[in-house]
Amino acid sequence: MKEPVIVFDHFGFQYFEQSEPTLHDINLVIHKGEKVLIAGPSGSGKSTLGSCINGLNPFAHKGTITGSLKVGGMETKDASLFKLSAVTGTVLQDSDGQFIGLSTGEDIAFALENDLIPQPEMKERVSKIAGLVGMSNFIAQNPHELSGGQKQRVSLAGVMVEDAEVLLFDEPLANLDPKTGRTAIELIDEIADENRAVIIIEHRLEDVLHRPVDRIIVMNDGRIIADDTPDRILASGILPGCGIREPLYLTAVRYAGIPVTEEDRPASLETFRTDLFRSRLQSWYEEHPVRKEKPAGRDMLEIRDISFSYDGKRQVLDQISTVIREGEMMSIVGRNGAGKTTLASVLCGFIKPDKGSVLMYGEDLSKYSISERAGYIGIVMQNPNQMISKTMIFDEVALGLRIRGVPENEVTERVHDVLRVCGLYQFRSWPISALSFGQKKRVTIASILVLNPKILILDEPTAGQDYRHYSEIMEFLKKLNENGQTIILITHDMHLMLEYTERALVMSEGKLVTDQKAYQVLCDRELTERTNLRETSLFDLAEKCGISDPEGFVECFIQYDREVRGNED
Amino acid sequence: MKIKTFSYDQLDTFVHRLSGLSKLICFLLLTTAIMVTYDIRIIAGIMVLSFTIMKISKIPLSRIRLMLVYVFIFLAFNFVLTYLFAPEYGVEIYGTRHEIFSFGGRYTVTLEQLFYQVTKFSKYLSVIPLGIIFILTTNPSEFASSLNRIGISYKICTSLALTLRYFPDVADDYNQIALAQQARGIEMSAKASVMQRLKRMASILIPLIMTTMERIETIANAMDLRGFGKHKKRTWYAAKPLNRSDYLSILVCVVILGVSLFVRFRINHGIYWNPFI
Repeated sequence: MKEPVIVFDHFGFQYFEQSEPTLHDINLVIHKGEKVLIAGPSGSGKSTLGSCINGLNPFAHKGTITGSLKVGGMETKDASLFKLSAVTGTVLQDSDGQFIGLSTGEDIAFALENDLIPQPEMKERVSKIAGLVGMSNFIAQNPHELSGGQKQRVSLAGVMVEDAEVLLFDEPLANLDPKTGRTAIELIDEIADENRAVIIIEHRLEDVLHRPVDRIIVMNDGRIIADDTPDRILASGILPGCGIREPLYLTAVRYAGIPVTEEDRPASLETFRTDLFRSRLQSWYEEHPVRKEKPAGRDMLEIRDISFSYDGKRQVLDQISTVIREGEMMSIVGRNGAGKTTLASVLCGFIKPDKGSVLMYGEDLSKYSISERAGYIGIVMQNPNQMISKTMIFDEVALGLRIRGVPENEVTERVHDVLRVCGLYQFRSWPISALSFGQKKRVTIASILVLNPKILILDEPTAGQDYRHYSEIMEFLKKLNENGQTIILITHDMHLMLEYTERALVMSEGKLVTDQKAYQVLCDRELTERTNLRETSLFDLAEKCGISDPEGFVECFIQYDREVRGNED
Repeated sequence: MKIKTFSYDQLDTFVHRLSGLSKLICFLLLTTAIMVTYDIRIIAGIMVLSFTIMKISKIPLSRIRLMLVYVFIFLAFNFVLTYLFAPEYGVEIYGTRHEIFSFGGRYTVTLEQLFYQVTKFSKYLSVIPLGIIFILTTNPSEFASSLNRIGISYKICTSLALTLRYFPDVADDYNQIALAQQARGIEMSAKASVMQRLKRMASILIPLIMTTMERIETIANAMDLRGFGKHKKRTWYAAKPLNRSDYLSILVCVVILGVSLFVRFRINHGIYWNPFI
């Protein structure tokens, strides 16, 4: 019989600074040897649940507990943060932000240092654990200089060194490019064994299910609304209603009107009984011919042979040339460090390229200062907190105009116009602190849009957002684009690129590897492998069902999907 | 874009191998040795020493160029101001007057004034490389462990190490934010008035503080979860025992301080060395 390690019994939690409880009536048992996925939209309480297990709640973030939660046999409210964190090792979302040590070895040793382990024993244990996660050759390296996947290994080693009974991963996939994310999931799978429980908190369901999990626990509004096997949860179709996105292959099957049951094993494309409906999927595809695309706009921005290097040795940008057309919404994709953000910095004039030029309608932009250039190309940074400096929404959006000495009555008019476009007009006299993350993001977009840039660049507009906020932000951008705004998105989110952008520039090690239709990129296995992207599961589905033209199938799905979404609003 | 100016570089030189503690002690000893004297012979000696150490520690000029430029601007400014405010100070100190030429009015250039200002300039110039060497060659964690060993609370030591360690990241954030705000039209150049510039500074500092707070919260959670503060003491992975070269370096610096003090009290009988009488 498996031994229960986490037992929630009519458990509730309320943060001191909040008027309502965040968790209500949680009943949940997790056993040793189990691997569990906790899914739910932002604000569903899934992270709070995790923090109750590892002791951050109520010991670091104060609050009141009702009912009971036992972790490793301890009643949590009578324990302490140190006792609880010794049972549960936690890998936090942002692996960059949680490195404490200056070398990999030191970071792994952090928990041992706090436990007063003498240095010789510490070194021995560190080298053993480093070997276990395959990082033996990197013990002296600075963890910040490692690749995304290696960073994950180091943070994992840092919690494994304590021999925790529970391993908790809080959104391990956020900020990782698709291939690294997949490697992370494989790594988690490898270290799962009979003596540990593994809990993954994540809303990117399809990516987590790359390796099997025993159970999926679905949370919404602070309650557990489902706790079952992946096959049953996916077949039930409750996920989209809770703001969690189903795997794309499953969405495609549903679009084709094919009923899905538990026996079809939908949890993974490998086990999915596609043989039961091959012909129906095929005929759906034939019934939905791909429409002609809209004609391309006039050439707008020409990037001519841009090269750049920070240190004169490694080329961060290597002879990049392309043309951006009027009214386009396109994406720049590639792994972390491929040069995407540097390219955007060159476009905005933040850095001068060593070679090459940026031309807008044939006019060289290099003669303009950074702030003059903002009238041509505006950039919205990833984290809204990096931009917001005023307390009131109106003032924040008006900032750029006021500095440019625009008369106050014109400022009011233009700010109001832009706030209407961004759906923020009714909030115009609100303080920014009262807004949600998505709304803050819109404020930063509005504060750039108000300067009327011809091209708007957004750096990872949906990073860390759940499906609901993702859709909200992206539909908003789509609407802007339909009104004629040219938009460039920098991202490593394959869904975003596939669903919202026509064209994709793929970068790898400073080079522009390819410039083609977004869906074509994700159907090219060799290319995705080389550039740390990942082909879409739609392509795999089409192949598995023997559809003669899988690329066409993906395109067909995307068009159909856009129509469905368009009808939703 | 990484700002490397203030971050520790892992190299294997004599200076890097020294313990952080002995480097701190040497730094303090040498700084004191310079502080207690205006004798250009001693200052020049220490200056030669500090540039030699810089050479030994293989700090590339490109890393510190920007810093040196700022230091130089500051020193030049200081040089001019010292002259403008007290053109006769050298005469006052040394008690003689060898006029070279005159700008008119009270502004004459004397050999004494020139000598005084050159001495002062060299004082600064010899301390600064020592500071740079200390920051760039000391592993913050190892330094924290040394401080802990001389009795300072490990919580203070760790937060000091983390500050040093995250400084480059925060500087990086600052750069990004400043650029984005400049794009919105916030000109930080000298064109704007002081009041305007202060206001505009706020538009960079507020986002910087917000993002830094986010960083701090993440790291604080990570540290809590891994048992930081569990016991009254802790051990250190990066601790380095003091060895012979550490003791030797400290000894050399003590001797230098001794010489400086000896010269001041026994030979010059005052802080200044007077070559004019």
